[in-house]
Amino acid sequence: MANENKQGLGGGRRRGRMSTEKPKDFKNTSKKLLNYLKPYKTIFIFSIILATLSTVFSILNPKILGEMTDTIVKGIESNKGIDFQALGKTALILLSLYIASAIFNYIELWLMSSASQQITYNLRKDIASKISRLPLKYFDSSQRGDVVSRVTNDVETISQNLNQSLVQLLESIIKVIGILIIMLTTSWQLSLIAILILPISFLFVRVIMKKSQKNFEIHQQALGDMDGHIEEMFSNHLIVKSFNGENKSTRKFNSINENLYESNWKSQFLAGLMMPIMSVANNLGYVGVVLVGGRMAISGKITIGDIQAFIQYMSHFTQPITQVANITNILQSTVAAAERIFEFLAEEEEKPEIDVIPAPEHVNGEVVFNHVYFSYNNEEAIIKDFTAYIEPKCNVAIVGPTGAGKTTIVNLLMRFYDIDKGSISIDGIDIDKMSKKDVRQMFGMVLQDTWLFSGTVAENIAFGRPSATREEIIKVAQESYADHFIRTLPNGYNTIIEDSIDNISAGEKQLLTIARALLADPPMLILDEATSSVDTRTEIAIQAAMDKLTDNNKTSFVIAHRLSTIKNADLILVVKDGNIVEQGKHEELLAKNGFYASIYNSQFAE
Amino acid sequence: MKHLLQYLKKYIPWILLVFVLIGAQGFATLSLPDYTSKIINDGIAKNNMQAIWSNGLKMLAITVLAGIFAVGVGYLASKIAGGYAKKIREEVFKKVENFSLSEFNTFSSSSLITRATNDIQQIQNIFSILLRLVLIAPIMGIGAIVKAYKLAPSMSWIIIVAISILLVLIIAIFFIAVPKFKVIQKLVDKIGLQIKEMISGVRVIRAYNKDELIQNKFDEINKQSTKLNLFVTRFMGILAPVMTLIMGLTSVGIVWFGSHLIDQNLLEVGDILALIQYITQAIMAFLMFSVIFILIPRAAVSIKRVEEVLTVEPSIKDPQNPKHFSNNMSGSIEFKNVSFRYEDSEQTVLANVSFIANPGKVTAIIGGTGSGKTTLLNLIPRLYDVSSGAVLIDGIDVRDIEQKELRDAIAYVPQKAQLFFGTIKDNMLYARENATDAEIYKALDIAQATEFVNLLPKKLDDDVSQGGSNLSGGQKQRLTIARAILKRSKIYLFDDCFSALDFKTDALVRNALNKELSDATILIVGQRISTIMGADNIIVLDNGRIAGQGKHEYLLKTCSVYQEIVASQLSEKEINNTTK
Repeated sequence: MANENKQGLGGGRRRGRMSTEKPKDFKNTSKKLLNYLKPYKTIFIFSIILATLSTVFSILNPKILGEMTDTIVKGIESNKGIDFQALGKTALILLSLYIASAIFNYIELWLMSSASQQITYNLRKDIASKISRLPLKYFDSSQRGDVVSRVTNDVETISQNLNQSLVQLLESIIKVIGILIIMLTTSWQLSLIAILILPISFLFVRVIMKKSQKNFEIHQQALGDMDGHIEEMFSNHLIVKSFNGENKSTRKFNSINENLYESNWKSQFLAGLMMPIMSVANNLGYVGVVLVGGRMAISGKITIGDIQAFIQYMSHFTQPITQVANITNILQSTVAAAERIFEFLAEEEEKPEIDVIPAPEHVNGEVVFNHVYFSYNNEEAIIKDFTAYIEPKCNVAIVGPTGAGKTTIVNLLMRFYDIDKGSISIDGIDIDKMSKKDVRQMFGMVLQDTWLFSGTVAENIAFGRPSATREEIIKVAQESYADHFIRTLPNGYNTIIEDSIDNISAGEKQLLTIARALLADPPMLILDEATSSVDTRTEIAIQAAMDKLTDNNKTSFVIAHRLSTIKNADLILVVKDGNIVEQGKHEELLAKNGFYASIYNSQFAE
Repeated sequence: MKHLLQYLKKYIPWILLVFVLIGAQGFATLSLPDYTSKIINDGIAKNNMQAIWSNGLKMLAITVLAGIFAVGVGYLASKIAGGYAKKIREEVFKKVENFSLSEFNTFSSSSLITRATNDIQQIQNIFSILLRLVLIAPIMGIGAIVKAYKLAPSMSWIIIVAISILLVLIIAIFFIAVPKFKVIQKLVDKIGLQIKEMISGVRVIRAYNKDELIQNKFDEINKQSTKLNLFVTRFMGILAPVMTLIMGLTSVGIVWFGSHLIDQNLLEVGDILALIQYITQAIMAFLMFSVIFILIPRAAVSIKRVEEVLTVEPSIKDPQNPKHFSNNMSGSIEFKNVSFRYEDSEQTVLANVSFIANPGKVTAIIGGTGSGKTTLLNLIPRLYDVSSGAVLIDGIDVRDIEQKELRDAIAYVPQKAQLFFGTIKDNMLYARENATDAEIYKALDIAQATEFVNLLPKKLDDDVSQGGSNLSGGQKQRLTIARAILKRSKIYLFDDCFSALDFKTDALVRNALNKELSDATILIVGQRISTIMGADNIIVLDNGRIAGQGKHEYLLKTCSVYQEIVASQLSEKEINNTTK
């Protein structure tokens, strides 16, 4: 039934709802994780001591409470009346133990929370700063974004486990051992009963766990199918409607829903079985203790207080044991989460830059490509032996069909990628020898993928020069024809741009990126012309703004879609499959009757 | 609540049975401490082994009985909650599938997805917990207090004090910590968003050398979140030690004050143990009760969200006495003075639009964003209904035809290229289940998609991932065009679905369409002049009104809006070329 959904339409993707993951290399990852914890060693040691004390105090309590009962019983039996002085003294001791245990417990939690939060903070910071050190290559495969966001969630897992589970675990272990010792020293016969109950309840738990584990997986699968189907059908509502697909999708929904229901109630039922079974087992031990204890008390081997203490211990016994039994799961999920984080942090970084030549103080904008070879994965070169001389203040148009790799040239100029062979130089200096920062400083970039960050409109325009005054910001907004629409926004220049914002169209976003480039005022430009997703009027504004940018006596590289841009260009680079196949002016290229000519003519072919 | 309560009706007998079982379970559990006290008082204290045995065995029997009741409760509660959720899910899904676009868009698809998945899951989880807790908590709580009171009325104050302290603590948490949880969740989301932003903006950030700025921004949020988390953990951390402390102090109190009662022969030793257990039970019951109060507001949010979906009445309904297309329908479309505005909206999207699109002709629609092009197309397959006027196909008002029959007659390619998870073939067959491979390839040929499909390792059987993310925009568009062609309709609607194609492919697709669909009615919405200028009739939309219609050459001369659009895309010389 699960397989059926993998075929056919709308099976949907499986969500990350899985049972506990197992780390690939438990030992090594744990070591690295411990390294992260090291700076907080003193806090941990102190917390462990406090937790131990707090737990020891708390397990002494039932025993002492039992002694109080014994004092009372003795008083009654001896007919001398209860020794309230002794009773009061024990009560005071008990009170102070309870209070001390609570205080220690809280201090421990206080310390651990600061350590675990600090570690969380550090991990997040490391992840964020790692992003800025990774080569651009890393981000080009699309799933990488998911990896990083998953890693961010992993930090949450670690933080939670550190904060609660690990200390709880320690307490549980101490509890089990401590209780065992006290029980054994009180009465080995009663301890035997208490201990015998354990395998019985464990057996039940195991049987149920095994069943529920299997069922849990089926349930997760069904949940994933359901989420996937709903997500897909709802996001393709238009298609479902226009192809009359409602019945098809409802039929499929019903079968998934039935599966989900079956696995759902079963897994809930099985999970709910644990409590009553454990409590029956517990009470079984309880009755056993009372029966055997009663007989022993009659013969005077133990006291009523002991029985009372035993009963309390038994009720405190099973819970820590189930927690200890859970230890592998907790450790595994922590280490698995840590493993992904460390894997990410270990990704190869950009090489540090040494011996860089300073960039020219005044950039003329002469760009020379000298026998450039380039490949994305060291496989087949996609740019082969490309040579071009671009005069200062020259307008270069990059032309080619969709998906031909026009952005490759941008990637190389900005040193997002490094070339394999040959050289690219600006004003006679090899860009590979300059620092990346300096190279990028020379270019202004306006891409179609109009990235804006979550902040105000003004902050976004001032991205390249945060020190810019409001007047300067408004001035470039006016020059780039963005001022008008910004003023129609609810808060004008202070409107916050967010992911969900829908009152700014794609074209208007591009106007903002143009304003951003204008404010940065770099000596050279890389532009990506708007395509048809922008409406006509905005497109006119974008074009005018771009003309303003390029008119400014700057060397410019334009990924061109408009024929007028192409024809006015000083140099056209024609790109096909990533490689530059032709270069020259419009008329020259048409005369050549090559690839460029075929693209050009097809536009008006009917 | 109306719908959700209605679905619950069928489960009422079962819910009552759950309550009976829970009651029995509660009373059984409450009676256990009595036996403990009897064993000590009548058995151990009096050296009576017989009393120990008989009471011990009774305890055991009651325990097992309570266990069986609990299992029964668990079984019924899971089945009821599961079945209830199944029913809700089914109703919500059915409802949404019948939504027209206007209902659908009032929610947004992502909101509908959460409502149909997470919210229903939430309702189920909470419902199942409530079923188990809602009765057992008061039974146990009140029962334990009453029993303790009967045993030793003078010690009731201990219970009252203990529970009052807990009450204060829980209320404090409810009012101080719970609101902070929401803030923390927001910060966690913000951190995720920030990371995503750093990745999506990696080029721009590096181009502007602004790594440091972004890192600092992240650091600020990171610090904020750390600080708040620290506060909440520390605040919540008070609960556990204080709970243990209260339990401990009450036990000591009971033994101490109980000892005085024993001294006065008002109480027996075994009763002390029973009392301690009662108080533990009462406090536990109280905690359970507070869980209910934390859960109910959460459930209420989900219930409201689901109920909102269920109460919507689809605005587009099938006619009572439907008309039918004749077997040899022509596919002519006529807009008769059509106006449209969204419900609750003042602004008209389309105003007095009239035109005729004839079979065998290409009708193109052009205009700026918000000029109403897509809406116009949507009116034809009744994704929306006109506000006034009428859309006629073969002279029949589309509202007089059953939706299924109407949509069967129309092949529609929306602006956003949407494909399903599955193989390319699966996606093609969505248009016509019994299409052969040859027919599929024919459609792919027309859409200029054969070449890239054949380059895929498994060709037609290659997978399309969810949302088609493994294909480029142009490839997706070509596949959706092919899918529509495969439907073999009389009417084809192409909504700006050539935008991701380069000029050359765009031209090839349109040429093939003209040739292969020569007797169909074709409507093309486009932004590019080159896409639409060859059409038999071009309709220029400007703010929902027809600013002009006719052929390219005619519009160039007469329609200022058209001239403006053309001038923005072509140079003078090119414009002259087009009219030659």
